[in-house]
Amino acid sequence: MSLFQLLNGLTFAALLFVVASGFTLIFGLLRIVNLAHGALYLFGGYIGYSVAVKTGSFVLGGIGAMAAIAAIGFVLDQGLLRFVRGNELRQVLLTLGVAFFLNDLALVIWGGDSFTVPIPEMLRGGTRVFGTFYPIYRLFVLGMGIFVFIGLWVLLNHTRLGALIRAGVDDAEMVEASGVNIRRVFLFTFLFGSALAGLGGLMGGAFLSLYPSADAEILTFSLAVVIIGGRGSLVGVGIGSLLVGLLNTLGQVMFPELAYFVIFGPMAVLLAFRPLGLFGRAT
Amino acid sequence: MTQPVSKTSVLAGMTGRALVIAGLVVIVAACLPMVLSSYQVGLVTEVLIFGVLAMSIDILAGFAGRTSLGHGAIFGVSTYVVVYATGQAGLSPWAGFALGVLAATAVASVFALLAVRTSGVYFLLLTLALGMIVWGVCLRWTQVTGGENGMRADVRPAALMSHSAFYWAVLAGAIVVSFAMWRFVRSPFGLTLRGIRDSESRMRSLGYNVPLHLFIGFTVSGIFAGIAGGLYAMFNNFVSPSTVALAQSVEGVLMMIAGGVGTLFGAFVGAAAIIVLENIVSSYTERWLMVLGITFVLIMIFAPEGIIGKLRAITSRKVR
Repeated sequence: MSLFQLLNGLTFAALLFVVASGFTLIFGLLRIVNLAHGALYLFGGYIGYSVAVKTGSFVLGGIGAMAAIAAIGFVLDQGLLRFVRGNELRQVLLTLGVAFFLNDLALVIWGGDSFTVPIPEMLRGGTRVFGTFYPIYRLFVLGMGIFVFIGLWVLLNHTRLGALIRAGVDDAEMVEASGVNIRRVFLFTFLFGSALAGLGGLMGGAFLSLYPSADAEILTFSLAVVIIGGRGSLVGVGIGSLLVGLLNTLGQVMFPELAYFVIFGPMAVLLAFRPLGLFGRAT
Repeated sequence: MTQPVSKTSVLAGMTGRALVIAGLVVIVAACLPMVLSSYQVGLVTEVLIFGVLAMSIDILAGFAGRTSLGHGAIFGVSTYVVVYATGQAGLSPWAGFALGVLAATAVASVFALLAVRTSGVYFLLLTLALGMIVWGVCLRWTQVTGGENGMRADVRPAALMSHSAFYWAVLAGAIVVSFAMWRFVRSPFGLTLRGIRDSESRMRSLGYNVPLHLFIGFTVSGIFAGIAGGLYAMFNNFVSPSTVALAQSVEGVLMMIAGGVGTLFGAFVGAAAIIVLENIVSSYTERWLMVLGITFVLIMIFAPEGIIGKLRAITSRKVR
């Protein structure tokens, strides 16, 4: 694998990390498997695209995407999921219904054409990385991935909110019993996780482009990341993203038409030994 | 099952009353082509095919406590193989059908190998991811699958060309397959699956090989999904990635839930409800997926026990 392909894998991994970390935060703390996460990614991308085109600002597009997706997350959590709390299966299937709804709605609003979010002037063009010419924007995505990782790590390990989230992952009832309003922490996590999907949509929309089945693709990759990394583990998502990102690139280079199989292999081997993923813990 | 059964009135484990009802349903179903238009016969054929798919999902969901979101892919693999084998490879429809079911079984056993170690949401996630991989392969492997355009082939055997002949063939197939599934879940093996659903740890400590039972249960369920997929290939003479897409699995699961989890034959009721809804909606708008999503959300919130269960709950409340 050449350096160019390695970088492609790393930047894809960074995007996956941003999307999947939101997914695993919600999964880890709220025990909600949000299958609408892929649809939120796509919606975020479309909204970010529209805002960025209208205002001409990539940053505003990002803010718009995150805010809009957090708002959709709010409706999803408070308007729908509250009716099925405590029943995992019903929650999952409900979010799946929402995913179909959102996907079709996106088709109505933006149509079936594929869009590419305009990249800001600053990030256009390429640069030399160890002698290989490489697009700046993809390096920016890599940087964002690392930034989000560090941000999340600090949030989870060095703030009171992070401590509450971690405690909630381990034993939500106990946290509640000690006088904390865990519902508020739950809601925050849900909105934050959703916003990360929106951010991912904008970032991915600028180099993978946005099209009607992009949500299913990113959801598959996110699922693979979470299955490999384990529920609710930040490090797990990081390693899972790297594995899936690199393997996907390797697969596309070696067996372009069967790339999906290449992420399937390691997932299979891993599940045989650790059904809960690398960093997953039994509850 | 709780009511006492006299030995004389039992045929293959069916009570006299159930036999009469089953017989009446079959007779009515067999007479349908005489009163319905050919379009409607097509719809009922579709109901039967998807009912079989929903039943195969119910074997796992209702009797082993594991809801699979990958059965649409197993179903679709069979459809793909049947269309490819008869169209591209030039085999006879029957050989193609057999190959399709075989391929579906193989895929199901691979899914099963991976999925039996998980339960609950993890099972759901894993089967979903596996199904998506199949979809991805069908979409991208253009040389073989025709990519997004799919493949067309005249799969239906010459003898079954007319709508009603094909309908009767599918009806006969559905009856045989339903009976087989019904026997399967009531067999000692099926009872073991139910034991696993209710308490995996207890079954394990009783000495049952839980993963092996789940593996076999999943694979058998895959055979039935494959049969449904093969029939669908003959019904449609066409296959495209949307046949293996997540929406297919989701529709199957929705039909199963709408009919009532664990009721087995309720699957046909659920399939009928969803397919009728789909046709009504499609005549007004192209937004079927949106309606499907909304239906899913509404059923999850208001009627997770299924249409039959809901009706039963309402009527029993009225009686009281």
